[in-house]
Order: sequence, then structure tokens, then C-alpha cells
Amino acid sequence: MNTIEIGVKINGDSKRWTIAPGDLLLDVLRREGYYGVKRGCESGECGACTVLLDGKAINSCVMFAAQADGCELLTIEGLAQGDTLDPIQEAFLERGAVQCGYCTPGMILSAKAFLAHQPNPTEDEVRDALAGNLCRCTGYLKPVEAVLAAAEACRRSARER
Amino acid sequence: MTMNSERSIVGKNFRKVDGVKLVTGRPAFTDDIHLPGMLIGKILPSPRAHARIKNIDASKAKALPGVHAVLTYRDVPRVPHTTAGQAWPEPSPKDTYLLDWKVRFVGDRVAAVAAESRAIAEEALRLIEVEYEDLPPVLEIEQAMAPGAPVIHDEPDSTGIHDAAHNVAGFILKEIGSVERGFREADHIFEREFRTQRQQHCSIEPHITISWLDPDNRLVIRSSTQVPFHARRQVAQILQIPLQRVHVVKPRIGGGFGGKQEMLLEDICGALALATRRPVKIEYTREEEFFMARSRHPQILRMKMGVKRDGTIVASQLTVLATTGAYGSHATTVQGNTGSKVLPLYRVPNMKFECHIVYTTAPVAGAFRGYGCPQGFLAQESLVDEIAHELKMDPIEFRRKNMIRLGDLDELSAELGEGRRGLPRRIRSCGLPECLERGAAAIDWERRRKAGPASNGHLRRGVGVACSMQGSGIAGIDWASALIKLNEDGSFHLLAGASDLGTGADTVLAQIVAETLGVSLDKITVTSGDTDFTPFDVGAYASSTTIISGGAVKKTAEKVRDQIVKLASKMLEVPPEELICRDNQVVAKSECGKAVTMADLAMHATYREKFQIIDSASHFNTDSPPPFCAQFADVEVDTETGEIRVLHLVTAVDCGVPINPRQAEGQVEGAVAQSLGYGFTEEMVLDGQGRMINPSFLDYKILSSKDMPKLTTILVETEEPLGPYGAKSIGEVAINTAAPAVLNAVFHATGVRFRKLPVRPEDVLRALGAKGDACA
Repeated sequence: MNTIEIGVKINGDSKRWTIAPGDLLLDVLRREGYYGVKRGCESGECGACTVLLDGKAINSCVMFAAQADGCELLTIEGLAQGDTLDPIQEAFLERGAVQCGYCTPGMILSAKAFLAHQPNPTEDEVRDALAGNLCRCTGYLKPVEAVLAAAEACRRSARER
Repeated sequence: MTMNSERSIVGKNFRKVDGVKLVTGRPAFTDDIHLPGMLIGKILPSPRAHARIKNIDASKAKALPGVHAVLTYRDVPRVPHTTAGQAWPEPSPKDTYLLDWKVRFVGDRVAAVAAESRAIAEEALRLIEVEYEDLPPVLEIEQAMAPGAPVIHDEPDSTGIHDAAHNVAGFILKEIGSVERGFREADHIFEREFRTQRQQHCSIEPHITISWLDPDNRLVIRSSTQVPFHARRQVAQILQIPLQRVHVVKPRIGGGFGGKQEMLLEDICGALALATRRPVKIEYTREEEFFMARSRHPQILRMKMGVKRDGTIVASQLTVLATTGAYGSHATTVQGNTGSKVLPLYRVPNMKFECHIVYTTAPVAGAFRGYGCPQGFLAQESLVDEIAHELKMDPIEFRRKNMIRLGDLDELSAELGEGRRGLPRRIRSCGLPECLERGAAAIDWERRRKAGPASNGHLRRGVGVACSMQGSGIAGIDWASALIKLNEDGSFHLLAGASDLGTGADTVLAQIVAETLGVSLDKITVTSGDTDFTPFDVGAYASSTTIISGGAVKKTAEKVRDQIVKLASKMLEVPPEELICRDNQVVAKSECGKAVTMADLAMHATYREKFQIIDSASHFNTDSPPPFCAQFADVEVDTETGEIRVLHLVTAVDCGVPINPRQAEGQVEGAVAQSLGYGFTEEMVLDGQGRMINPSFLDYKILSSKDMPKLTTILVETEEPLGPYGAKSIGEVAINTAAPAVLNAVFHATGVRFRKLPVRPEDVLRALGAKGDACA
């Protein structure tokens, strides 16, 4: 079979992967052990496979791995600094925003990309930002509250710095 | 009212004990492992709704390089069974086969393959040559019941079908008092028909199973299941191997909602692992999940109530036609619930429930959160609202006058047991009046109803209410066990058969243990839902985990505490009755100040006494205490577009004592979202050949963060004597009422009633047009 080699920077590490040209990014990431990237629909509808590509939240199930060549990727595994959780992860735990946890990595990463550009969001803006991440457990109230709380926590720590 | 102030762990909002691994994306779910040599399994779904397999030739598929096994009905044992993950003996008909010579819906299993990649497996499916003898599809309930209808289950070996020749999977007829007499006594009689659709669970993680033979030649089944112990029993039975040879492992589950109370992939995946002697994974695609998994039973409900002039209900009769699709999974039990959990919400002396559950050649229905109640409460809560309106009574007052109350004995529950006679239900805790009171205050009910519907140009605004109740486990049937051992550092390991499916059960159970043993929550490690390592539990369904598994865990912790106190008594030379466990130590109640830390005691037990502090206990209840719910909706109807905008939903729930209030709120909010989808957006649409035409999240709309209204959740605390620390259940009750509460509000706003789900903007426009409302 035809293979190609791509290079990515993922969660801060440089990697070279041998892939088939038609491989989807979701499949390659899971094959490489990034199990936090979830498979929910394989058609870009549920957002469980969300990763950040050059800072932008994308559905890795509808993107060829080859398209990620030379890009910087962030998966949920790369969000915490060692044992120190990202403020969004903290807020999801504290606010009870996690139930089954299957949509959680995608939702947190969507929030991460969103808050990077909008550190002071309204509730409606948060709801817009999470609209691509379907959740069947929570009814979204606690995830939305968690993102708002995380934004607040980030602003507070920025002021204190 | 309760003793919560004395508790340090129960009733507190602790973080999920398994939360960190979920927010960091650590490998915790079924698919998050890699096994060398693992094959991919695929099932060939039937393209026909109803056909006999005249010939099936798998030779080309088998010859394809990379294919390791192709199974058809000729290759596997033929054991009639039900996929319903229920306690033995299952009350569902045994009408299903691992693989069969007949297909009964589009998506039914025809064959299964295991290959080295998904692409090869899919290619192999295309190479299987099947010759079908087509039989007429039977898709509508009335059609299935018509004389001379094609017989769907004409095989001779199925058992437990009520009347296979007439496509009747199950039949229920129960009466309390005499409705005939009741209707004679009534001043007014109301009768209406309601229709509900197929709804799919849509857990974001589809069904998935990985199976392999371990070094001892035992079959390991790693599966996203709510019922590991039932699945073990079913797989052993279907594959005809000793139960001892089966090991079911439940990792984290990515949502279940009843859909994973079905043994859907475990048997066929196990069969492929046995055939290939290699690890095999089968995972449904989203499309397959829609029509090859399970759904909520569609029903036609005819409800009739007789009332006195003063608003007293004297007779209540519910007649249901339901379809279970091609197989009778949960057929009689779901539909039994439509009567037993719905009608007794009102204390009516004369009640009758009649239900016909028929087969159709349509996707199979099964257990789905609410379990027959969302259908029943749509009918009852809509009708009650209509009656109150006709009698010019406030809907809340009408309900207060008639609703079940503390001390009542519900006899209908006994008549409608789990497929047989059950046990009567005594109401030992009831927060429904307070739910109504606090919910009404939160929605500003009195002012809004007095002011009447508000109108602003083409917008109409109104408020509505609906109530419901559920159960807490199946009385006399559901049971659970647990085992707790003390480690030498003073920490405890809880081994519970219970299956956390994302609900937070592991956390709730750990909180009960920590509370009982007087230790902090971080001292509890939980292992749950593994048939090798944890004791038996029927599984996560029927709102049973907190009350039944929690009851087992509490009993176990009390026994362990007795052992600890006995040893501490010896160590401290203080009588056991003078000692209590708290703050990670055992302390004397008296002022002597004597105490031993749990860690010191554990070391002493382990290395001095040479004794493992360990115990286990089992638990079941002979009653199923109902949680109660009152839900209020504030809605705006756009008469130009037909859109129903829900502005605010207030859900007041009595779940007894919430062990973890924040998690309990989360259960309510999630149930409300599914309930709104059921009412207004979700429907599996079949074409004339029984094919689902919308098997994707684009075409089957579940609500997103942008679609949800403002939610207010009120937990009304009561103390349930039969529950651990006063807890009842919370998982299901809030799923029953969003549709009727919103539709009652729509009536308040527009004067139009809707009785068929889902209610879409086009339905609203059509109805408003018929009513002659200004749609300018």
C-alpha cells in the first residue's frame, strides 16, 4: 500500500508518522495512542473527535491526517501541565459538568480554542462555542457554567500576575 | 426535616471520583486499548424488512485475504433468547437468535465477519451472497393487528410470545375497582388519543464490544454495557459455553440511557473471537447505532377519565397499542410501566390498564430511560390539564386534589409487576406538594395564570405544568451486592457489581461508604462492574443503583465498621458501643480522648492480628419508592413560523435525600434535554420499506447547547425510609414531563392542543391555521 510520511507537533512533541494517504486524522491519532480523541459519528456532526489544529477546533473525523502535515496539534492529553489541570478541566470537575465523559475532551478543547479569543464571554457566546459538541448526558447547563467559571478564573489569575 | 447537618459526606457536592481521568482523556473506555492481532468485526445488516434467507453463500467473503471468519446461521448455535438484559427468568419473549434464517427488520443480523481491517471487513460483507424470499413488510401497529397480517414470528422454537400467530408479543389487562361503575358515577367523561414516535438513545459512544480468549481460554468480553452480569449469563447461554468461562468487563461507558441494558454485540463478538481465536472488536457506526440498536416503543394511547363536578377523578382508563418492532425486548415490562407508574399518580378508586404490544418489521424497541412512562405521562398530564381547563379549575389545584399522597397504598403496582404479579407500593415519602409549590413560585405561576396568556404581535406566551413519578429499582427483583476491604494504610477498596454508566454511581457509592465508615472520600477506591472481581449486581437500570446498590454498599460498610470497632475496642480497651468512626479514626465518645487512626488500626489488623478486615452484603427491597417531579414550562409560540420557543423550564424533583446534589441536578438537566428532544425534534423516520431515512445527527436532531432553554432545577428533599441515608432515585423521573408541560403551556398560550409527538413548527402552523388564529 502507498504510504506517506507526515510531521506534526503534537502536545509539544515533534512526531513523524507513516500513514496512508486516505487515513483520517481521528484514526491516526487513536492509533498513535491519543485515546482522548473520541469516535462518535465519523461525519463531523457530534464533535467528540475535536482537536485543536494550529489553535483552531476541528473535527478530526472529517479531516485527512495528511492535511495535518506541518501543523501543530493539541489533544486533551496535552492540556494539563503535568498534574496541574487546565482551568477549564478544573471547572468541569468542580461544576459537575462531566457525566459519562465521552464528549468531555472535545467540549473542553472547543472551550479552550474559544476562550483564547474571547476571554470575557457571555453565556450566549459560550453556548455558540459549544454548539458543535453534542452531549446526551448533561443538558449543557453545567458545561456552560463551567466554561464561564473557567473564563472568570483565567481573568482573575491574569490580573494577579 | 432531615439529619443532613450531621453528615459529612452524604448530601455534599463532591467531585466525581473518576472525574480526573475523564477530563484528561486518559484511556478509560472500551475502545481505549490496543490488543495485538485484534480483528475488526462487522455485521451484515438486512436490507429487507421481512424476508426468509433462501440461500446464503459466504465462500467469496471467506476467500478474501485478511478475512478470518464469516458466520451465518449455519455456523452458530440456535438458542432462542431475549437481548433484554433483565434478571432471570427474563419476562421478555425468547424470540431472538444469534443469527437466523429469517430477517425481520432492515438492520437485522444476516451474517458476521472478522477481518484484519475495517476496510477488509466491509469488503467481505459485500461479497456475501444472500438470496432472499421477500415477505410483506408490516410497519404500522394497526396493520400488524389486522386479520390475516403476515406473521412475523412464525418460527416454531420461540417461547413466551403471547400470540405469535397474530403478531402479539404481549398483552396486559388489569383493573382496580370497576371503571364501568366509575364512569357511571362521573359527571363528566373525557377521552383522547395520543401518539408517540420512535426515539433513539443517541449515546455519544455507540455500542462497542471487544472480545478475546485469555491465557486460560476464558472468553473476555470488554463491553460498554449497563448489565455485565446479565450479559455474562446471556453470552454463556447463547454460545453454549459454561458461565464460568465468561468474564465481562465494563470499562467507562459513554452514555447508555437503557440502550446498553441490551446484550447487542457481546454474543456475536464472542462468537467471532471463539471462531478466530483472535481478539475481535465490533463497534456500531452512528448509522448502525440508529437502526441496529434499540429505540423507545412507539405507542397509540387512548386515555379516558371520569370526574365529578368538584374535580374528583372517579375512573381512569388507559388503553395502549404499542409496537416492539421485530423483537420483544422489554415488550411487556416497558408497557406495563406505562400503566403502573403513570395511573397511580392520581388516587383513583377505579383504574383499568389494557395494552397490546405487537410485532412489526421495524427497528427494535427496548429499554429507554423513562421505560414506558414518557408515553403514559404525555397522555395523562395532557388530559388532566384539559379536564382542569374544562372544569375551570387551576391545573395545580386539580392535581393537588387528586394526587397520591403520603401513606397511600398503590395496588396497581402489584397488579402490574415485572411480567408477573408484583408488590404493592406504599408511599413512605412524598415531596410532590412541595415540588408543585416551589416550582410554581419559580415560574410565577399564580400571576401568569391570573393574567392569562400574553400576546405580543404574532407571539403568544403561556405557562404549563406536568407531574410524574417513577420507581427506585424493581421491587422484589432487583438486588445488588458489594464487598469492602480495609488496606493497611487505612484506605478502603469498594468492589461493587454496580455499573456506573456516566451517572456518577461510583461517586455516590463511594460517598455512602465514606459516610458510613467515617473516613474522607479520598480513602475510597472503587472497582465496579467486573464479573470476575466484583460481586453480583443486576446492573444499572430501573433507577435502581443509588437505592439498591447503595443499600448493599451501606450494609457492607456497616459490617466492616462493626469489625473495625470490635478491633478498636480491643486496642483501646473501650467498649464497642462507646466508639464511633469519624475523621479517619475510631474515637471514644466519652471524654477519655482515646482514639486510634484508621491507618494504625489497619496496620495492627494486618501485621499483629493477621486478619483481613473485609465483608460483603447483599440487598434488595420489597418496595420501589417513587421519586416525584413537577415541571413548569414558560413558552412563547410564534404564530408566523409555528416555532415553540421554550423560555424557561423549572423542574422540581423529590429524590429523597440527594447523596450528591450537584450530580442529582445533572441527572435532571440531562433528562430534561432528552425529554425536550422527544417532544419536539426527535423521530426515527422509516420509509415504506422499513428503512430509516434519517440515521445521522444531521437529520435526527438531538438538542445542542444553543437549543436548550433556561433551566431551573429544584431538589425537594424528603427522607425515604427504604433508601440509604434517605435516598430514592433521580435517573429517570425528569424525562417524563417536558413534552406535556410545554404542550400545556402552548395550550395556555394559543388554545390549541397537540397529541402527537414530535410537535414540529409545521404542526403548530397547521393547527393554528385550522383554528383560524391570525397568522398574518
